[in-house]
Amino acid sequence: MLWLWWEWEEWAVSLQKCSPDVALLLLFDYDKVELANMNRLFFQPHQAGLSKVEAAEHTLRSINPDVPFESHNYNITTMDNFTHFMNRISHGGLEEGKPVDLVLSCVDNFEARMAINTACNELGQVWMESGVSENAVSGHIQLIIPGETACFACAPPLVVAANIDEKTLKRDGVCAASLPTTMGVVAGLLVQNVLKFLLGFGTVSYYLGYNAMQDFFPSMAMKANPQCDDRHCRRQQDEYKKKEVERPKQEVVQEEEEVVHEDNEWGIELVSEVSEAELQDASGPVPDLPEGITVAYTIPEKDGASGETVEETDQSLEELMAQMRKM
Amino acid sequence: MADEATRKAVSEIPLLKTNSGPRDKELWVQRLREEYLSLIKYVENNKAADNDWFRLESNKEGTRWFGKCWYIHELLKYEFDMEFDIPVTYPATAPEVAIPELDGKTAKMYRGGKICLTDHFKPLWARNVPKFGLAHLMALGLGPWLAVEIPDLIAKGIIQHKEQQNS
Repeated sequence: MLWLWWEWEEWAVSLQKCSPDVALLLLFDYDKVELANMNRLFFQPHQAGLSKVEAAEHTLRSINPDVPFESHNYNITTMDNFTHFMNRISHGGLEEGKPVDLVLSCVDNFEARMAINTACNELGQVWMESGVSENAVSGHIQLIIPGETACFACAPPLVVAANIDEKTLKRDGVCAASLPTTMGVVAGLLVQNVLKFLLGFGTVSYYLGYNAMQDFFPSMAMKANPQCDDRHCRRQQDEYKKKEVERPKQEVVQEEEEVVHEDNEWGIELVSEVSEAELQDASGPVPDLPEGITVAYTIPEKDGASGETVEETDQSLEELMAQMRKM
Repeated sequence: MADEATRKAVSEIPLLKTNSGPRDKELWVQRLREEYLSLIKYVENNKAADNDWFRLESNKEGTRWFGKCWYIHELLKYEFDMEFDIPVTYPATAPEVAIPELDGKTAKMYRGGKICLTDHFKPLWARNVPKFGLAHLMALGLGPWLAVEIPDLIAKGIIQHKEQQNS
């Protein structure tokens, strides 16, 4: 089992308690414990200043000393670390040299999710992604099986619709809110899904959202996008199709969610900084999503910015670097 | 998008063609050449408009970038060092520009001095992958951030001009 988190350690505590089923944990994080974390994480003030993975290991060991750990305190999105990270996914399993069984992403930013997505697509690694919104009143978990389900890059980031006036929540100059209760719920949903997946009971959710304001839990499954920008996702889709053809047919009972097409009004504000023309240009097709789930933004079908491209030149990279330095 | 001046400046930055990241070996070299071409043109445009506000250079592999940016407030020029790494998922994800010396001085910053961009930036970048490059990151990301944050930090007395510090 491999874990990445930059924010929520409730996951860790729940899983530790279920430990007979969890034989090994790899932890990746590049943050330090701070006093600001005390509202929601399982660290204690005396651990402030330690790296989160180090502090987490101490705390988790005391809960369950029988689970071995491997922790890495680095930023996975840099070139140097990413290669090592991919290596640990593919070789850091229970038996060294074998891949891990599952990757759990509990990070708090788009860039890290994309990096994990890139790695898992390339390796064909099953993973679960989770998150809590910036306004702290919604969250989600998502199961991603490269080639079979949508990957994280197949569609723009999904958002659990909040059905509240954003202005009552957003305050100028403040970046994000944090509610330990929302995180606790999402942590529970994630670990529950992990147990069902690993132990084979119940129905594993492909996507489960949590709208805290209305206690609404939209769920759905999203198929992979044949035009996904990530070529490894497309490759995995081809391989999955081949495998499906070879598999004997099974009777599958699937509950189809009634799909309600969203009104594409999300771009309208009282005082818009974006002109009508720009809004039109920026709007693309909204995927078919059930009630309660929408996308953070859309990508237009036509090509985005138009204008002159860089000129053709014979100059080498070194010559260009030197030219820049002389400016 | 931002104001008229920014829009105009951005429209004059050459767009990039090659969709490749730092893991793509030969194609990455091609992308780097395009990044430099675009940056050089943008800096030339800025000089012509009497608004030369940054310099950037990279390591040999083009994976680490560093440089300086300037902001003029009430006739005084404030200078800041900046740096960023190219993430493995570039250009699908934009690099996080950091100004380490301002770390902890404003709420609009993550740890390590990484500047916090507005809600508009990420969707705008996503819509224009791979045509936007580092020059666009400067024009749409760092530029507007400086324009909002620096006057505010000066007004609050959190940063002072270097000459005032020495006197």
